[in-house]
Amino acid sequence: MNGWNEKKSVAVIEETFKAGASLTGALRALVDTFGYVDEAAMTPLMKTFARSRAEVLGVISYYEDFRQSPPGRHVIRLCQAEACQAVGGRELTRHAQEKTGLALHETSPDGALTLEPVYCLGLCANGPAALIDGQPVAQLNAAALDTKLTGFEE
Amino acid sequence: MSTRIFIPADMLAIALGADDIAAAIADEAKKRGETITIIRNGSRGLCWAEPLVEVQIENTRMAYGNINKGDVSSLFDAGFLTGGVHEKSLGPTEDIAFLKSQTRFIFNTCGLYEPSDVDAYMAHGGFTGLRAALDKTPVQIVDEVQTSGLRGRGGAGFPAAIKWRTVLGATGPQKYIVCNADEGDSGTFSDRLIMEGDPLRLIEGMTIAGLATGATVGVIYLRSEYPIAKTVLETAITRAHAAGWLGADIQGSGKGFDLKVFVGGGSYVCGEETALLESLEGRRGIVRAKPPLPALEGLFGKPSVINNVITLCAVPDILARGGAWHGALGVGRSTGTMPFQLAGDVKYGGLVEAPFGLSLRDLVENYGGGTRSGLGIKTIQIGGPLGAYLPPSTFDTPIDYETLAAIGAGVGHGGIVVYNENTDMREQARYAFKFCAIESCGKCTPCRIGSVRGAEALAEQVPDMQLIEDLCEVMVDGSACAMGGMTPIPVQSAIKHFPNEFAARQRTAAE
Repeated sequence: MNGWNEKKSVAVIEETFKAGASLTGALRALVDTFGYVDEAAMTPLMKTFARSRAEVLGVISYYEDFRQSPPGRHVIRLCQAEACQAVGGRELTRHAQEKTGLALHETSPDGALTLEPVYCLGLCANGPAALIDGQPVAQLNAAALDTKLTGFEE
Repeated sequence: MSTRIFIPADMLAIALGADDIAAAIADEAKKRGETITIIRNGSRGLCWAEPLVEVQIENTRMAYGNINKGDVSSLFDAGFLTGGVHEKSLGPTEDIAFLKSQTRFIFNTCGLYEPSDVDAYMAHGGFTGLRAALDKTPVQIVDEVQTSGLRGRGGAGFPAAIKWRTVLGATGPQKYIVCNADEGDSGTFSDRLIMEGDPLRLIEGMTIAGLATGATVGVIYLRSEYPIAKTVLETAITRAHAAGWLGADIQGSGKGFDLKVFVGGGSYVCGEETALLESLEGRRGIVRAKPPLPALEGLFGKPSVINNVITLCAVPDILARGGAWHGALGVGRSTGTMPFQLAGDVKYGGLVEAPFGLSLRDLVENYGGGTRSGLGIKTIQIGGPLGAYLPPSTFDTPIDYETLAAIGAGVGHGGIVVYNENTDMREQARYAFKFCAIESCGKCTPCRIGSVRGAEALAEQVPDMQLIEDLCEVMVDGSACAMGGMTPIPVQSAIKHFPNEFAARQRTAAE
């Protein structure tokens, strides 16, 4: 995903609207295309879906997935839910936070990495689980996570 | 003849390197001049053995478990293409005790073939139920489901036939079948497994629901955390269309049904049916007041069936084999089978489909084999984040909706998370509140505020147990939906069964 593109974003919004999608469907398409919903999308969303600014913003801010700023170049989503807790998920999250210096929901100042919580990936018999740059990972441990992080730096 | 090798392409197998293994096996075969066909099947549900590689030898599939890339060369050396013994051999898949002892019908064909392969699905009995439904009237289909006693597998256990009959009786130009695939409960993955492994079964079940109620449009509300399921479902929908099992004229019957996949926005509460509808309609996923029932005024205000994935996947066999067959399985008013899911610190985690009536011990110890860590079991949580924590002393309880309710627990979506002896129960109780605070839609005060106050109270060095009890009471009695109404279940069950971990402070008169 590379940066926001005004023209393309308008096309995405129109396309989803024509396909019968609701506002949530259009936001999904924008996030899938650009990684986030830029402020610039507000006016075309309001016009296309005949909703007020408050309504559109309300929907965007309600959903975890509809980010309002670009994510880091790499995104680690660590599962925080019970089945992963039972096999050391909390400890792994603490390790990730210490290692990266990031809190959950935070992106590093250089834009390299975003750390996010996720509540269940359905890999519950093989935790701790994560999505790393969209790829599912299971039976994750601190060493394997460190290897991934080192790989990002190269 | 080309040897058929099955390597699952479900999210778990991929998370454990199945794509790399498939590539390595293909490379190695080429190098050795062996002719093979790799089939990326769904999961057999043996999560403990993933990635599970199977080789078809005549009519038997030989299993090799926990394969990694480094095993590939030695598998060829051991002659696995002819069923040769390797240190990771598990023998014929069908003879693996974990699988053999199950009673599978919902998951009967999951993992046997490439997920969207219409011919393979039909060769294994697929679309028999839909074919039977095409010859019936809507009332006859609903009657069959009523005879089956099928109850919703999403969590609430509501009789499916009642919803269907209500929608059938409702009038309107458009009705909908909404499949709730927002499987957000930690410790559950049966929806994911079947959507990724046998999506045509869901399509068949939804189509039957459409025929039964007069709905011609279906929507699968899929959580965004399941990206592979989306791809698989969309492929299956396209292929079902091409084969005439979806569309305006299903198999020349003149009856039509179509469906699409909608991906959610990462909100747990959207698994609540009215919040789900709000989300589908493009709004914040905030629960609606009931009534009106979604069966009468559901999606876009139109009569709508909202059923969980597993409920709908149980339907094809009910139509194919008859409702009475299903009604005879299980115990009491808990008929049929339940796909249980063993998760957390468990040695043999995975999917166990069995009729209701088996005990927690059967699941946790006989199937699960205790903990993966080797530590003792302290507790299990059954039914997801809103489910009860139960200690080993309760493990002889048979699992059915009513018996579990009697001990303050519920089947939920069938997930069981095993925790070892080092678990801090106060932390688990605090997490239950915290999760509710994170995911609360904010519509009702008990849930929105109660969860925050509860998490704060349990973070105190000496928690005010009376305050926590009061909060729980208000949340149970005053919340708009199960999110706030059931969050007290994990909290209060943890307090009840592990009181020593909640050192109570006595209130003084001044308070």
